[in-house]
Amino acid sequence: MLKVQSLRKVYDGHGRQVEALRDITFSVNPGEFVCVVGPSGCGKTTLLRLLGGLIAPTSGTVMVEGRPVSGPPDGLAIVFQEYGRSLMPWLRVRENVELPLKAKRVPRAERAALVHESLAAVGLADAATAYPWQLSGGMQQRVAIARAIAFQPRVLLMDEPFAAVDAQTRADLEDLVRSVWQRFGMTMLFVTHDIDESVYLAERVVILSSSPTIVLEDLAIDLPAQRDQLETRSSARFVELRHHVYEQVQKAKNRSAVTPVV
Amino acid sequence: MKAVITGLRRVVALVGLPIVLLLVWWFASADSHTAAMPPLKRILKVFPDTWFGERLTDDVLPSLIRLTEGYCAALVIGIVAGVAIGSSRTVRAFVEPVLEFLRAIPPPALVPILFLIAGIGDTTKILVIIAGCVWPILLNTVEGVRGVDPVLVDTCLTYRVSGLLRLRTFVLRSASPQIMTGARQALSVGIILMVISELKASTDGLGYTFEQFQTRFQYPQMWSGVLVLGLIGVVLSLLFRFVESRVLAWHRGQRAAERTSL
Ligand SMILES: Nc1ncnc2c1ncn2[C@@H]1O[C@H](COP(=O)(O)OP(=O)(O)OP(=O)(O)O)[C@@H](O)[C@H]1O
Ligand SMILES: [Mg+2]
Repeated sequence: MLKVQSLRKVYDGHGRQVEALRDITFSVNPGEFVCVVGPSGCGKTTLLRLLGGLIAPTSGTVMVEGRPVSGPPDGLAIVFQEYGRSLMPWLRVRENVELPLKAKRVPRAERAALVHESLAAVGLADAATAYPWQLSGGMQQRVAIARAIAFQPRVLLMDEPFAAVDAQTRADLEDLVRSVWQRFGMTMLFVTHDIDESVYLAERVVILSSSPTIVLEDLAIDLPAQRDQLETRSSARFVELRHHVYEQVQKAKNRSAVTPVV
Repeated sequence: MKAVITGLRRVVALVGLPIVLLLVWWFASADSHTAAMPPLKRILKVFPDTWFGERLTDDVLPSLIRLTEGYCAALVIGIVAGVAIGSSRTVRAFVEPVLEFLRAIPPPALVPILFLIAGIGDTTKILVIIAGCVWPILLNTVEGVRGVDPVLVDTCLTYRVSGLLRLRTFVLRSASPQIMTGARQALSVGIILMVISELKASTDGLGYTFEQFQTRFQYPQMWSGVLVLGLIGVVLSLLFRFVESRVLAWHRGQRAAERTSL
């Protein structure tokens, strides 16, 4: 479904070169939920933008549904890290969710049904006529998710969607994303810097190093499909897995501390 | 009761200062014997006879029609060109020096030239108004279009919002605060140019009437014309504010929301 091979991205601008990604290879199977975890500034957003066809790689290939990416691929949606800014402040919540459907030329009646269904799925049916700036951060995030769901993507990319919300909202949103994924069955790539979150959510975790960024490990998460904030997080296996991921990230940090960055 | 008081306060705020100024004018000019500065009492006395007859349809109306035509044409040209220039860096690089040159020319200086090219009819007067009004609209539109949020640009790319839908729901809406700023500046420029364009080689209009009063030493009438101009300015600006409050309701709401959250 998603395939990334020897991907490298160097930003070149204002006389300064930044190697955001050095060598990334991994793939995501259809319908799978994969988390990419890595420290702040390691190039997670860059990776998503490459997958979404918003920027071109310096070298290496990106494939979505078997086709090389040269622009935004069909059937792929992104929930952006700056979710608040990704909603149009002059459109009501309903219109924001509806806009991609209009672009897709979905008939009016079907549009209304999809908007209603997806807003209900994120628990925001009541907020349909509000403007985004009348909502809290967590609610705005849910609108962005609703917009992605209504689009009915086959691939959904999420960029640290819960970095800016409080712990309780975050837990709720995590469960929401799991349930959305289980219900709609899309291929999910979820980017986060939070190790606990990645283990809790995913079936597989791709661990990135800090810059210069490579894949440290591709780790299967063999937790039961039905997850629960209390049960799962206190299970022995969860603790083991998160310990393992944490160790990997820590090791990488020490290593990059001794090898000077070129 | 409270509503009545706030209503009263708004009325006082609106007409308070004008009334004070009129009173000052009234008493300061009461004993004036300077021909060019007649008492306000005489000005008000000639006001109805001067303006509520044929002059309303033969001079005021043609002026306002030309202003409307010129202003609307400037809006269309300014916004269309502004969107084109603001959307493309290449176009901008080519056009910017020429724009700076053209903008530096004061429109009244064009009047004699335009007379030669377009004759002494309405066309010239409308062209003068366009030549002045188009710049604030154009330059502000360029700024507005350049300032679109890159996250929203990515959002539109990802969700395939393109073409006319993108222009209508994204680019123009996003630039609308700046476009309105430009339109407001253009309105006052337009009123000035409306008068100036009619001072020479004209057969009707407010500017023409002014010129007539001046050559016939009808100073009270001339001063009453100043009042008419002022009133036109007030009415148009109220009209503008009404439209603006509709178009930019989201913007005011968003800014208020940002202020309270800080
Ligand atoms: N458009 C750009 N031009 C130049 N450098 C960039 C650009 N975008 C990102 N970078 C740089 O690339 C590196 C990776 O950035 P990126 O935003 O992908 O990291 P991230 O893992 O998403 O970080 P965070 O966890 O803070 O969101 C950073 O050093 C950043 O400064
Ligand atoms: Mg990021």
